[in-house]
Amino acid sequence: MPETERNKVSMLFEKLSKKGEKALICYVVGCYPDIETSKEIVSTLIDSGADIIEIGIPFSDPMADGPIIQAASLKALARGITPSTCFRFVNEMKKKYSNTPFLFMTYSNIVFSNNLRNFLTAAKKNQVDGFIIPDLNIEESQEYVGIARQLGLATIFLSAPNTAKKRLVEIASISSGFVYMVSIFGTTGSRSKFEKYTFDAVSKTKEITNRHKIPLAVGFGISNPKDGRNMIKSGADGIIVGSSLLKLILENENDKEKMLFYLGSFIKELKGVCR
Amino acid sequence: MKQSNIGKFGIFGGRHVPETLIPALDELDYNYQKLKKNKQFQKELTYLLQNYAGRPTPLYFAKNLTKYLKGPKIFLKREDLLHSGAHKINNTIGQGLLAYKMGKKRIIAETGAGQHGVATAMASAIFGLETVIYMGAKDVGRQQSNVFRMNLLNAKVHPVTSGSMTLKDSVNEALRDWITNVETTHYLIGTVMGPHPFPTMVRDFQSIIGREIKEQITQETGSLPDSIIACIGGGSNAIGTFFPFINDNKVRLYGVEAGGKGVNSKHHAATLSRGRIGILHGMKSYFLQDEYGQIKEAHSISAGLDYPGVGPEHAYLRDNKRVSYSVVTDDEAIRAYLLLSKLEGIIPALESSHAIAYLVKNSKKFSEDNIVVVTISGRGDKDLQIVKERLEETGSFKESNKTGVEKKAISDA
Ligand SMILES: Cc1ncc(COP(=O)(O)O)c(C=O)c1O
Repeated sequence: MPETERNKVSMLFEKLSKKGEKALICYVVGCYPDIETSKEIVSTLIDSGADIIEIGIPFSDPMADGPIIQAASLKALARGITPSTCFRFVNEMKKKYSNTPFLFMTYSNIVFSNNLRNFLTAAKKNQVDGFIIPDLNIEESQEYVGIARQLGLATIFLSAPNTAKKRLVEIASISSGFVYMVSIFGTTGSRSKFEKYTFDAVSKTKEITNRHKIPLAVGFGISNPKDGRNMIKSGADGIIVGSSLLKLILENENDKEKMLFYLGSFIKELKGVCR
Repeated sequence: MKQSNIGKFGIFGGRHVPETLIPALDELDYNYQKLKKNKQFQKELTYLLQNYAGRPTPLYFAKNLTKYLKGPKIFLKREDLLHSGAHKINNTIGQGLLAYKMGKKRIIAETGAGQHGVATAMASAIFGLETVIYMGAKDVGRQQSNVFRMNLLNAKVHPVTSGSMTLKDSVNEALRDWITNVETTHYLIGTVMGPHPFPTMVRDFQSIIGREIKEQITQETGSLPDSIIACIGGGSNAIGTFFPFINDNKVRLYGVEAGGKGVNSKHHAATLSRGRIGILHGMKSYFLQDEYGQIKEAHSISAGLDYPGVGPEHAYLRDNKRVSYSVVTDDEAIRAYLLLSKLEGIIPALESSHAIAYLVKNSKKFSEDNIVVVTISGRGDKDLQIVKERLEETGSFKESNKTGVEKKAISDA
């Protein structure tokens, strides 16, 4: 693997793999419900066992997201959260958690509409480790991947249950850090039950990521340890949770202590199945 | 990975969608390319366009408007005479037939005022497809009669309560539905927007407008028109009108955007004039957005133009200057609505009124021997209430009630 690709994300997966552990990846909407609470939330997640943090930069039109993340994103926007707020947030968090990879998850327009190079450079300066962009397809990614490689940012591309093998190969070879498999036909949000096609897709995708020596993480709709364990059994090297966390945050917005307590115990349970 | 040219208009267009949709777009593209060349498909399409929708539509010499403006000879392309009352049905019949041939069981679509929703419901009825129309909750409130029309036509209307609850949010919601039900469902996009192949495919289905104009005007006058004018929402009636003339360099093409309360106010839909390059709804194009890339709400008195983006081919034609794009305000559009109704006995849609207003405003630019074609994309019955309310608001209605609406209208124009 070229030196530039050995970013913090890849290193973390290597470290976990030596211990026989899987990665727990946690998504939160950046600076939601407010900057201070969000810092406490992220600290709680990491202290309870989260390995990687995804910060969602809120976008006005989040087409891959279900109602929970939509609601949190719109509220964050209404409260004046901008990409710069999210940059500073990561910078602050990294003072305490320098070993935890932080990724940005956001939509193409946020990254591309204001000079791509400046945006990625600013992210790097603020110690962001990589990007997940759900509406960026490999065909449109040349310039982005070029700049991200130069800067040493991980470029995490997504795959879906219906992605053809040939395309999975292209996705695996252009991704760095890990490949993000979307578990279901649908948007982000909790699901009551996964169907067989999800687990089949995890196994199929894992064969290909294995060949390309890149980890595979699975997300969308994971809401309990059992879901996580099933994903791992099918071959996932990591599991991603987002809406379930945001649900706890939204439901307990008026009682921070309770919110942090629930988040902490939920993460401990989830990390339990990763060990 | 090499940058792809798939579905590109210069730097615009392409595909910017969640990965789940890629197989569906490939399948659609493959089938469309195949069926486009299929004689049986074309025969069925032509049959429906002629006998269901009412094509060809007339090209009418607007003698009174010509006289009134003392300018060029004006011809109106009468898309308002189509079944459903607008050009939208050219596209919904085309895509409906395609979806049916592909074995899809379910159709979804976005709609603003309900025009595309109604045209989609009609096409679905022909092919017996289950239909769900996404419509912003605000628009549902404003456009009750179109909601009822869609219900009569056996379509379910799903009010969208996310985001700004208008057209752009119904596109988001339709895309979310498509991601979830991609295997059984066709997303019948209503204009030349979205990921490839939609902008090309919808343009092809709408190009019948321009092809007919070409034939009709040549028959009528012996030559091509000097200028052609059409309004721009997403841009489908305009590109359908322009496309067959794109290589006729002597024919000047004018696209008219909605200036709302003025482009210097916050309330307009002048995407090409005031937007910035961005990525939304599967395409790279111009969008109304703030400095951080958050998409803004658009405003226009005509719901069909009320969209903060525009089809990628128009973005390309703007930058290479083949088409001139300009802006007409709500007030100018209303005056044109009144004027055409009075002079020609044709009540145009408020969308189409923007195209007329451009001509009225700029009639001095065209010399008397010029031939100008204006596409009347739809009829204005759906806008009666909006126009009446606006006239009452501004006080011009009460006053003109005494003297007669039409006289007042003309003196305003
Ligand atoms: C009558 C009419 N004209 C124009 C438009 C604008 O769409 P487009 O720019 O795609 O033609 C609409 C959209 O609903 C419409 O109903």
